[in-house]
Amino acid sequence: MTAVAEAAAAAAAPKAPARSHGLRSRMRKEAALAYVLLLPVMVLFGVFSFYPFLRNFKLMLYETPPVPGLPSRYVGLHQIIPTITSTQFTQSLLTTFVFVILVVPLSLILGLALAVAAHRRLKGMGIYRMIFSSTVVSSVAVAAVIFGTLLNPVVGLLPWLGINPNPPALESTTWALPSVAVITIWQFLGLSFIIMSAGLQSVPDELLEAARIDGATAWTRFWRMTVPLLSPTIFFAVIVSTIYAFQAFGAVDILIGNSNAVRLHTNVLIYNIVNTLQIENNPGAAAIMATVLFLIMLGLTILQMRLLERRVSYAR
Amino acid sequence: MAQVSFDGVTKRFGDTIAVDDLTLSIPDGELLVLLGSSGCGKTTALRLVAGLEEISGGTVSIGDRVVNDVDPKDRDVAMVFQSYALYPHLTVGKNIEFPLRQRGVDKEERATKVKRAAETLGLGDLLGRKPAQLSGGQRQRVALARAIVREPLVFLMDEPLSNLDAALRVQTRADIVELQSRLKTTTLYVTHDQVEAMTMGHRIAVMSEGRLQQVAAPEDLYAHPTNVFVAHFLGSPGMNLVEGMLVENGSPDASGGGGRGTLCVAFAGASVPLPAEVADPVRGSGPDVVLGLRPEALRLSPDGVIAANVIIVELLGAETHVICHTESGARIIVRQGAGATKPALGEAVRIAVDADPEAYHLFDASTGERLGGP
Repeated sequence: MTAVAEAAAAAAAPKAPARSHGLRSRMRKEAALAYVLLLPVMVLFGVFSFYPFLRNFKLMLYETPPVPGLPSRYVGLHQIIPTITSTQFTQSLLTTFVFVILVVPLSLILGLALAVAAHRRLKGMGIYRMIFSSTVVSSVAVAAVIFGTLLNPVVGLLPWLGINPNPPALESTTWALPSVAVITIWQFLGLSFIIMSAGLQSVPDELLEAARIDGATAWTRFWRMTVPLLSPTIFFAVIVSTIYAFQAFGAVDILIGNSNAVRLHTNVLIYNIVNTLQIENNPGAAAIMATVLFLIMLGLTILQMRLLERRVSYAR
Repeated sequence: MAQVSFDGVTKRFGDTIAVDDLTLSIPDGELLVLLGSSGCGKTTALRLVAGLEEISGGTVSIGDRVVNDVDPKDRDVAMVFQSYALYPHLTVGKNIEFPLRQRGVDKEERATKVKRAAETLGLGDLLGRKPAQLSGGQRQRVALARAIVREPLVFLMDEPLSNLDAALRVQTRADIVELQSRLKTTTLYVTHDQVEAMTMGHRIAVMSEGRLQQVAAPEDLYAHPTNVFVAHFLGSPGMNLVEGMLVENGSPDASGGGGRGTLCVAFAGASVPLPAEVADPVRGSGPDVVLGLRPEALRLSPDGVIAANVIIVELLGAETHVICHTESGARIIVRQGAGATKPALGEAVRIAVDADPEAYHLFDASTGERLGGP
């Protein structure tokens, strides 16, 4: 090796580690800056999401004392089985499932129907789209009041139509839950419409035109082209609406309330949790039920992510 | 098989006229290319035949039947879309089978026909795949198979090659021509690519701004363009168009044209004498004209009649395009063979025109229409 080459090699050798050291310190600085910038959000999430979430697990382990004022007693996992096998909880879970079955299919079918109707290029369609999606921004309280009035046995829509159920819908053990479901469907319809409309936009017009030339009727085009191509969207809407239906509370609280004789027939899970906590003053049991609800939601979310990952790529 | 006719067909979208009073007839078994730049109305014309657009005026007929109010599925046409429009959730086999199934063809016949169409297009091994698993060329062939499987009266093809790479395009072009000549199905083929049009069409219909400019066999269209648009649009590069004035040279015509002088097209830096065959029919026209000269009818020569400066020299391998500016500011492209001497940039050259009367095209400067007959 010549002297020049040796010198060059000696000069080059320590350079590489120096550069990587510089890079590392710069990356560290960037990471520190990132954490500083994330801090406000982390604090907000910490206080309002993560802490209550973890606290909930702690609450599960303590039994409420029989007399108010005494400290709660640590019981470990012993109150879990009695709580989730109690009639009150299993009834509430069953009611919730019935509620979900009432709400999800109808809100999706209606949302899809409206989206298909509004998907045509007609004058003034924008106004209809706005109307169809408007239920998204209406508050549950307002919706409940509107429907409460419509279902009112004296001044409502039903007596005006000549339908006078006795007892009134909201006091009937049969019709109270479907009535609440109708409001929830109405409320979710806007979102369902928006999701389905977005899905329809992604179905290329040329495919439907090709099917038309190939001899498919409107009905065939819908069932053999639109629906299969929309299936990822429909599945997404199923999950979102299921989660939405599982979390129903406002409509039940405002329309039925605690004093209503049919309240056990509309005792959906969240409502039951709130009552257990506030009326029965039993945070331990409420925390256990909340955890069950959390696990159901978690399961649905995992299912959604798995299936969305696995869904066929329709890239052309 | 059937003839397709447009009779005074107009299509409006609001205030925009996409197709303007189109009258055109495509005889049974012909491959007619609708050629034009984007937005000229060629795709709209095709969609009118397919029934995907409603006709604003006039009639479209397939065979003896006016199809204005006939549903697309009842027109017995098959269309190949630019995007191929394959059904992404169906396999190749199901895609090809779809039109048969919609028409209630029984299962056995469907299988036979799908197999035959797939074999024709070399898709035999791909029947179980989904479109997303295919290459662009394979998808294109699936789209063609789906079109031929049903043996329709008419094929409609909307720029079917534009998504393919150059090499595949040349190959597929030949395949489509071969397929069409074998099936002898009346075909309307839309493209903006004049090379495709020239190589594929029995006849070419050139459209611009919704209007039919000219319809003729490729060689006729190239040799006798009816106006400056067609002249410039066809050919790669297109015809050189130079504005000038028709003037009569004082000296008596050497060919003895009854004592009349030689008719020339004059513009700054040049006076291009016209051969008698070209000059005679246009005597008395003008005086403002557009002279059209194909790049291959020109050569660089010291005794050329047009003085110009070389701006760009494009080497294409087998040939070279020498792009010049005349003193009048017109742009002239000279096509040279591989052996010719390459001029330097900025060099002052003289351009000579072939003596063949076919080399000269004259158009009215105000209307752009051809002067002096076909």
